[in-house]
Amino acid sequence: MSAHVEDAHAHDDHGHHPKETFITKYIFSQDHKMIAKQYLITGTIMGVIGVMMSLMMRMQIAWPEEPNVIFKALLGKWAPEGVMDADIYLALVTIHGTIMVFFVLTAGLSGTFSNLLIPLQIGARDMASGFLNMVSYWLFFISSVIMVCSFFVEAGPAAAGWTIYPPLSALPLAQGGSGMGMTLWLVSMAIFIASSLLGSLNYVVTVINLRTKGMSMTRLPLTIWAFFVTAIIGIISFPVLLSAALLLIMDRSFGTSFFLSDIFIQGEVLHYQGGSPVLFEHLFWFLGHPEVYIVLLPALGITSEIIATNSRKPIFGYRAMVASILAIAFLSTIVWGHHMFISGMNPFLGSVFTFTTLLIAIPSAVKAFNYITTLWKGNLQMNPAMLFSIGLVSTFITGGLTGIILGDSALDINVHDTYFVVAHFHLVMGISALYGMFAGIYHWFPKMFGRMLNKKLGYIHFWVTAVCAYGVFFPMHFIGMAGLPRRYYTNSNFPLFDDLANVNVVITLFALIGGVFQLVFLYNFFASIFYGKKAVQNPWRSNTMEWTTPVEHIHGNWPGAIPEVHRWAYDYSKPGHEDDFVPQTVPMYEGEEELQH
Amino acid sequence: MTALLSILVLVFILVAIWQMVKIFDLTQVGNKEANNQVANDTDNRINGYLMIGFLIFIYVITIICFVKFGDLPLMSNSASEHGPGIDNLMIISMIVIFFVQTVTQFLLHYFAYKYKGEKGRKALFFADNNKLEAIWTIIPVIVLAGLIIQGLFTWTNIMNIDTSKDPLVVELYAQQFNWKARYAGQDNTLGKANVRLIDIDRANILGVDESDPNAQDDIITTELHLPVGKPVLFKMRSQDVLHSAYMPHFRAQMNCVPGMITQFSFTPTKTTAEMRETPEMIDKVANINRIRVEKSKELVAKGEEGLERYEFDYLLLCNKICGKSHYNMQMKIIVETQEEYEAWLKTQKEFKYSLVTVE
Repeated sequence: MSAHVEDAHAHDDHGHHPKETFITKYIFSQDHKMIAKQYLITGTIMGVIGVMMSLMMRMQIAWPEEPNVIFKALLGKWAPEGVMDADIYLALVTIHGTIMVFFVLTAGLSGTFSNLLIPLQIGARDMASGFLNMVSYWLFFISSVIMVCSFFVEAGPAAAGWTIYPPLSALPLAQGGSGMGMTLWLVSMAIFIASSLLGSLNYVVTVINLRTKGMSMTRLPLTIWAFFVTAIIGIISFPVLLSAALLLIMDRSFGTSFFLSDIFIQGEVLHYQGGSPVLFEHLFWFLGHPEVYIVLLPALGITSEIIATNSRKPIFGYRAMVASILAIAFLSTIVWGHHMFISGMNPFLGSVFTFTTLLIAIPSAVKAFNYITTLWKGNLQMNPAMLFSIGLVSTFITGGLTGIILGDSALDINVHDTYFVVAHFHLVMGISALYGMFAGIYHWFPKMFGRMLNKKLGYIHFWVTAVCAYGVFFPMHFIGMAGLPRRYYTNSNFPLFDDLANVNVVITLFALIGGVFQLVFLYNFFASIFYGKKAVQNPWRSNTMEWTTPVEHIHGNWPGAIPEVHRWAYDYSKPGHEDDFVPQTVPMYEGEEELQH
Repeated sequence: MTALLSILVLVFILVAIWQMVKIFDLTQVGNKEANNQVANDTDNRINGYLMIGFLIFIYVITIICFVKFGDLPLMSNSASEHGPGIDNLMIISMIVIFFVQTVTQFLLHYFAYKYKGEKGRKALFFADNNKLEAIWTIIPVIVLAGLIIQGLFTWTNIMNIDTSKDPLVVELYAQQFNWKARYAGQDNTLGKANVRLIDIDRANILGVDESDPNAQDDIITTELHLPVGKPVLFKMRSQDVLHSAYMPHFRAQMNCVPGMITQFSFTPTKTTAEMRETPEMIDKVANINRIRVEKSKELVAKGEEGLERYEFDYLLLCNKICGKSHYNMQMKIIVETQEEYEAWLKTQKEFKYSLVTVE
């Protein structure tokens, strides 16, 4: 404890900082701003890998079993003569899901923006523990490397789907990918979970303890509320996945029978007795469903902040927004069974989970309506970040609404595991969270790199992405309702689905265009780091505290004392002030009323 | 080849757009405003109009999808007794979704257009309103209450199996990568079974207990025949990994889990022949065959075999990822009259006669 006090002391005292070497500044940095950038760059690289995998899957679905030079170049022995192998298709499905959910939208999104914004927006010198923060990033880095390396083992990477249900994932006899590939998957995820927990604990402790004077919980920007609650959900649910992974390792390597029983495979009876795969499903989804909100809530927090700033209006219903974040967080931990309506569990449990699941629609609706009301009579500044935030609200509504169908056990019977599900969750958590991440990058790029992203490239990026996202996932609902199962390598063995082949080609074309146009973003991102227009201190004329720090990054964030906070973050266009924004650090003038919130 | 061409086209489009941006930038060189990467009034206006364009795009894609794919037979042509219940609930949910989607997307994009920023204008300071919050909390509560109640009735109705109606008991047996069906025979009671009893040499492939008297008249088949109008109780087993027995036309699905027996029950209401004669199905099959004829022409031109003509059959598909050939794990389902069914069953071998004696 005393070490911590001294540490805090050292931060307050700027003149005597030890000289930083290249290694302590850029590699083993303990500065939250640098760690945020490390998370962002690693997440971006993983994102590129994940998206490329999805494009290969889409090409296989649209033009099944046709030779393709891209497959030949990228998949090597897994695409003899350029024809994709069925095993590697399932591996792509699996690793694409894993990378996008955990490595891009959990670590890449939360890791980047929680790290960057929590200290800056609450007025702290750094995270509570800079060292743990650094360890958290490097564990994430190691787990990313292991996950990518699993593509290069003899029998191929894990291929049991990102949900890795045993027995498929437990038995190398069932599938090549369940050998070394699955071992690496489990090791990588175990390290990832350790990283995520260290990060989350740090976020929670920082938000609770290190707020500057005047920054009460009810004055926190909604970004911080979202990151804070996300971290709590992570701490509650990730350990359960860790235990599931450990038990699966036991079953795989030490002959226990937690998840396995009565198995006859490839001519032999295995010794397993008494376990149940349904137990694994429960453990997996106890994380798996909250994970959806771990991915989505930070994106919604970012959106709240950006929509308010760019509408030049207070976010509508601050208290309701906080309440709905809390309600979603609570409900998210008691709905996991809706992934298991037809898993063989008691139908009565199905009824209970239908009830709790559909309740989530209420706080979600409140959030959507509050966003729309925030736009009403605003003075909307159409920056790329704002476009992505509006895009997020749009996909959140479209994707969220079909949840009413999937959460209803009776309807789930027929659309479970079809493309309807794929369309639903990609829109509501994939695209929405990705838009949140893009919005955050466009908005806080000046804070991260001291330069601006090019707005025209941003506009092109947004509009093409927006059209393609709907082009891909909207028709997908319909092929799902027609009964097309997901995770099929090709549909050509089912003449029943021949009339959907053209739709699949259209979807793939949209996916390819959308995928290729992400290059616009990548170019903009990397070129602007070096050649972007120099940023001013507060380019978006925003109220939150990160914009009171100098453009050049310094250890400890503020050169002098940390400013005091006098008001909430959303005094935009407040009557009685000349400017249309009033930063949180501006004291109340005499007689000014603070909103009751 | 098609893929390669499309990718080339994409790359060229990209290059072209990049060039256009360059040119655009060059024409703006004179503009030396300090904060010029922040949206100005022109950007606000253009993007505001694009928001309306995007709203129209969403509506158009919705209309196209509903018109073109909205009544794929699977959505309106169920073949089981509980099917219409699910379909009705689906339609009600769809109407709710369609309404909410249309209105909220309109408000979102229209506001984005209507209130696009102008220099010097000030936004309305409007931070909270309890009445509005209450309205959009209570309305979803009411709508969802309705949906939940109807959903739970439908669900309970399907999942609570009524054994008093003496359903036909059939075991669905899943393995990588095929399905087997085991009929309970005259006694309508399945013999005990466990994968530990599998004896490939004796052709006891499902691990049926040879000493169980109930097992003797069981019948194992690779096609699923069901008599129309009679409730069927499926008992599902899997010998290796998770599978899912998905029978979309009957609105039926249940996972097959190694180590436990799961169950699902439904009553088929249309024979295969009747289903083939429904107008929707005739249209669908004609359409599919038109597509297949075209595809065959291409294949024949390449010197490969053409595709066979498609005739409708009910199918059982595997719908839980189960390994390499997951995409081809299917079984034909034939629904027929009681007489046809009995005649077919008589041609099948009973378990006790299907075993091979090993010397």
